[in-house]
Amino acid sequence: MSAIQPPAVRVWWKQPLDRVEGTWIAIAFVWCLVMFFMMPYWHVYGKQNLSNEAYRTTPERYQQKTQEIVDRYTVRTETDLKVPVVHPPAGSDVYLIARLWQWWPMLELEEGKTYRLHLASMDWLHGFSLQPENINVEVHPGYEHVVTLTPTRAGTYSIICNEYCGINHHTMASRLYVVKR
Amino acid sequence: MAINRNFRTCPTTGLVFHEQADRLIRWNAVAGVVSLLVGGVLALLVTLTRWPAVHLLPADWFYLVLTAHGLDMLVFWIIFFEIAVLYFCGAVLLRCRIAAPRWAWLGFALMVIGAVTNNVAVFRGDSSVMFTSYAPMGAHPAFYLGLILFAVGALIGCFVFLGTLVVARSEGTFHGSLPLVTFGAVTACIIAIFTIASGAIILIPTFLWSIGLVSHIDSLMYRTVWWAFGHSSQQINVAAHVSIWYAIAAIVFGAKALSERVSRTAFLLYICFLQLASAHHLLADPGLTSNWKIFNTSYAMYLAVLASMVHGLTVPGAIEVAQREKGYNRGLFEWLRKAPWGNPVFSGMFISLVGFGFLGGISGVMMGTEQLNLIIHNTIYVPGHFHATVVVGTTLAFMSMTYFLIPVLFRRELMFPGLARWQPYLFGLGMSSFALFMMGAGTLGVPRRHWDITFAGNPLGYEFPGTAYLMMGIMALSGIVAVVGGIAYLLITVGSVFFGKRIGGSEFKALSVREGRASPPAPQPVAAAITGHGSIGIGGFVAPGTFTLALVFLVAFVLYYFVNWKYLSTLWPLS
Repeated sequence: MSAIQPPAVRVWWKQPLDRVEGTWIAIAFVWCLVMFFMMPYWHVYGKQNLSNEAYRTTPERYQQKTQEIVDRYTVRTETDLKVPVVHPPAGSDVYLIARLWQWWPMLELEEGKTYRLHLASMDWLHGFSLQPENINVEVHPGYEHVVTLTPTRAGTYSIICNEYCGINHHTMASRLYVVKR
Repeated sequence: MAINRNFRTCPTTGLVFHEQADRLIRWNAVAGVVSLLVGGVLALLVTLTRWPAVHLLPADWFYLVLTAHGLDMLVFWIIFFEIAVLYFCGAVLLRCRIAAPRWAWLGFALMVIGAVTNNVAVFRGDSSVMFTSYAPMGAHPAFYLGLILFAVGALIGCFVFLGTLVVARSEGTFHGSLPLVTFGAVTACIIAIFTIASGAIILIPTFLWSIGLVSHIDSLMYRTVWWAFGHSSQQINVAAHVSIWYAIAAIVFGAKALSERVSRTAFLLYICFLQLASAHHLLADPGLTSNWKIFNTSYAMYLAVLASMVHGLTVPGAIEVAQREKGYNRGLFEWLRKAPWGNPVFSGMFISLVGFGFLGGISGVMMGTEQLNLIIHNTIYVPGHFHATVVVGTTLAFMSMTYFLIPVLFRRELMFPGLARWQPYLFGLGMSSFALFMMGAGTLGVPRRHWDITFAGNPLGYEFPGTAYLMMGIMALSGIVAVVGGIAYLLITVGSVFFGKRIGGSEFKALSVREGRASPPAPQPVAAAITGHGSIGIGGFVAPGTFTLALVFLVAFVLYYFVNWKYLSTLWPLS
């Protein structure tokens, strides 16, 4: 009798486990538990955990808060589009808008300082993808996500969009500068 | 109208085909293969565009073609074929008539209409919203309507399958418990019903929104519910292709499960622990707590992963035991060396199993780990993962099943047997390499669903490292090898079905209920059934070769898992 026929005996559940199966199930189960405990473990001892802090918002409200930061801390503008580059004080709240098809404004942060980075979309879903760090976060419209981050290495980073957002999705890219004090 | 009770018996395999079931299986399989053909052409276009050195299509066409490719492959090819698999596991394996054939045909018609409607909507050009169609990005109403019609048709198919089980039981066409393969198909069917219900909950309001009757679709709500549909549908595939692995092991080797109890429990774990699979798609989203994310991706112990690890052992283990009982009992791997590697039914299934486990399984757990998701989310690693699961795993398993079905179901000899011998290797290894290099590029941050990673002409563009371009190039070349394997498959199946030499000797005859009844199995003392597998194997292990392979798998899994944590620990601190 094979697997495409009914089991030969009606009491198939009485067949004892083969040693090979029993051993493997035990090993695999222990490994599954290890994988589970790694996640809470990392919340306690690891340093890279995505923030749980988020608020409902509206495009207007979020735009206004971002504008205030831009008005106060813009240090220069870049490209033909005159995108403001904002250098907020260390430890402060930084706002980044995702919209079709732009990240706005550009950010300049200080190495080794911690910031509260706010992320929200004005329209559709976008994907915050910081390269070459390779930190990837989903950006929703209507939700303001606050991510606390600490840039550890000075340099010029890129923020690209990695959630498909329409025909010019691939043009949606910006910079993030990390400078030494 | 009298019930059609015409049956035929396949002289080589002894399988019994009901006339209506026979036709329904054929037509569903054919519709699946047509979708595969369309999806395959689109696959080539996508690959050639993502090959930076070629960059074939313009942006608007790329996004359109990628949308259609995802839907034709992941939804239409796979679900048409799955309905065929359900009817096969129901009516054929239980040797009974299919329940309510006219409903089954209605379901099939709805699926065809739905698939065509959806494709038309995409090719009109105003519905390039990708497979996931994340609101608030909107598609033409016909896009959602097509999917809804298709889903209703598939749901009817599920109930026809369940009805067939009732018919088989009441007409006494089998004794005792369902065969293991049919049990797996029931698992797939139950998951399918959950999946389609989730699809209805999200797609119907989205359809109403697209015609202006609903004012707002929340993006987080959409993603949460949509993935209960989108990911659960992948669990249908897993349950279906694991059933097919068992079926092929039984067909080629006469293998039976090491123990019915373990294999069936593992299927049951799929039903119990896969359902909230939307969670691991939302690990990078705001508005959900870590507790919710951790619990719902793992249910505290990853029992669904455990189930797949169990099947990964018991399927080759069953083959090993069958081979050892035939006398290939020397050393660890004689059973595997002496396996019929030239038979595409077996070679395809085995590559599917290994590729699914090593590439698809391991990468899937990485992405589904809350923190590791940060370095993977929406990179090309993600399609790398699911090409390993759904293409190497599901599609290749379905392909190997067709090589068995062509003589048995379509009554035609296989054309181009020499090509068929190589097809699983071309397709399976090409696709495995494709998936592997996608994951490699994803680790370097290359985004998925992206037309131009060079950011040509963009003053703010990012320059990916040279290695990323190299990986994308090798990925594309591997993709082309896989496409060649896909063309070979289509050539063989379409050629055989239309022009293959007919095999006679299996005509339909009317069979009364009484004639169709299974003869009761010979009484067997319980003690005989519950003894082990005799004197095969090494050191009390009946399948030592499989166990060794499983340990290799585990070591790869553990190492790769901690390599990823190491990589994560180098990132900027986040909290």
